[in-house]
Amino acid sequence: MQLRTRALETILLEKGYIDPAALDVLIETYEKKIGPRNGAKVVAKAWTDSQYRQWLFTDGTAAIESLGFSGRSGNHLVALENTPAVHNMVVCTLCSCYPWAVLGLPPVWYKSAPYRSRTIADPRGVLRDFGVKLPKDTEIHVWDSTSELRYLVVPMRPVATEGWSEEQLAELVTRDSMIGTGLAKSPMDVK
Amino acid sequence: MNGAHDMGGMHGFGPVRPEPDEPVFHAEWEKRALALTLAMAMPGGWNIDASRFARENRDPAEYLAMSYYQIWFAGLETLLKERDLVTDDEIVVGHGLHPPKPVKRTLSPDDVLKVLHRGRPTERDTNTKAAFKAGDKVRAKNINPVTHTRLPRYVRGHVGVIERVIGCHVFPDSNATGAGENPQWLYTVRFGGRELWGLDGDPTSAVSVDAWEPYLEPAR
Amino acid sequence: MNGAADMGGMHGFGPVMPEPNEPVFHADWEKQAFALNMAIGIPNIWTLDAFRFARESQPPPQYLNMSYYGLWVATLENMMLEYGLATRQELAAGHALAPVKKAAKPVTAEEAATMVRCGSPYNRSAPAPALFKVGDKVHARNMHPKTHTRLPRYARGHAGTIMRIVGCHVFPDSNATHVGEDPHWLYTVRFDGREIWGEDSDPAVKVHIEAWEPYLELI
Repeated sequence: MQLRTRALETILLEKGYIDPAALDVLIETYEKKIGPRNGAKVVAKAWTDSQYRQWLFTDGTAAIESLGFSGRSGNHLVALENTPAVHNMVVCTLCSCYPWAVLGLPPVWYKSAPYRSRTIADPRGVLRDFGVKLPKDTEIHVWDSTSELRYLVVPMRPVATEGWSEEQLAELVTRDSMIGTGLAKSPMDVK
Repeated sequence: MNGAHDMGGMHGFGPVRPEPDEPVFHAEWEKRALALTLAMAMPGGWNIDASRFARENRDPAEYLAMSYYQIWFAGLETLLKERDLVTDDEIVVGHGLHPPKPVKRTLSPDDVLKVLHRGRPTERDTNTKAAFKAGDKVRAKNINPVTHTRLPRYVRGHVGVIERVIGCHVFPDSNATGAGENPQWLYTVRFGGRELWGLDGDPTSAVSVDAWEPYLEPAR
Repeated sequence: MNGAADMGGMHGFGPVMPEPNEPVFHADWEKQAFALNMAIGIPNIWTLDAFRFARESQPPPQYLNMSYYGLWVATLENMMLEYGLATRQELAAGHALAPVKKAAKPVTAEEAATMVRCGSPYNRSAPAPALFKVGDKVHARNMHPKTHTRLPRYARGHAGTIMRIVGCHVFPDSNATHVGEDPHWLYTVRFDGREIWGEDSDPAVKVHIEAWEPYLELI
């Protein structure tokens, strides 16, 4: 694939269709700059600021953009609230749609056949693959990203975190907890 | 289209296997494949719906045998060849052989940050009224287009409830084939686990999909 | 199971490409693969339904990228391992490494000829009267078993008409997982093409399937 990709890039450069510096910016941005730390900040703020939380669930796009996160796969964002009664999971069965603006690029497992095929039919089985077990009567709500809407799961705030700062709380928010295949870390996990 | 990409509900793929400490990219070529695809959209003049169709529109055996970025790369080759930007003989030798096709603009490094920041909103104005409102019972139509659609097979024919009226958005089924944006009302529709999978379904689960009005009809 | 084998209604495979003057077998190994399967498993050890289930259980990327007989060989290997007929080391080595635990009775040439002539009928005596009669309107159930079934996804949830009562037959869904033959009434069901494929499809098409009674419910 290395050779094939280089060959295609050479052709496109020779024809003047692309500016190589633009390619570097694209790679730099998605490899290093945009990632799940963005989403973690959003969640941590929602945990500490009840007005922001309300805004986030009413107008996800605006609330998230107010923190400086927007752009590609971030124009139409919806935040999903995890509660003891309802656990949310996000998938794109048809391809790999993912909220790039707040989570960066998706991991391989999210884009792969096992996740895409099973999550909508057997969400508890998929959670088992991640070592997550929920109470039997917790409803699981799966969201298949078929349009340009992108979903961000807001996990439940872990116990024993009273008085924690947003920065400290953001450390507990894992990428998987914002997709719904994990839960936020507990203070024990970070010690 | 009913391609291999429409895999919701399929069995046999095995467990989900997350890779510990997974890097963003697994090889240099993957970065290039991503960047080239994004950078060529402007000069290539295609929209995201067309690029999704280019990726999914292939033999299921081929689709399933490729890794994620291999699919992206294959989709890019398809789009470039369809628009006569690159030819098969050029791909073989890895060099331009024919004069470039004139393009309206190319993506500059400054453009990148602007475009990434702005994204690509798909909401459009309309003077039509939404046919459905939150709480309405609807049935997903049994459509089987050979071209691009975002109504997965597992939902077709099933009854759900409108959770939310999202707005009027670019309609991928039209946009992908170059027939224009044709914006339609978009809804989030919730389907119960048992409704979708019968007695094999988890009664404590539900699946929501975002569906455009042409995908739906009222249900009794 | 909703595996790669259940491909009714899928797009993207391209045109049908008949091979002019196609030979029955394209290589010697194909003949061997065919004969081995006929002579070993089905008569004595496993059932045809179990073999079909094993074949369709091949992960979709592999299933779709193997040739027809390539898939038979891969399935046969898996079944030999599953039923303890050989070990992985023996398959890799290409010969027996340990003595056979239980002496088997191989199918003789005469028995093979009989098999070819008589086949293996699937009809059995009925445990109960048939639920449906010709002309009844039925619904194919919306079921998604992870194990073997012969109700294709494209038919599930759709309404059709009973065209024929075939008889009482071995039930593959049970027979494939060794819970027994569990015979059930088998029917030919006719579906209108548009019922299955939607309003935009060809109105002159009808699709028929054979469906066992557990797949159906009266409308």
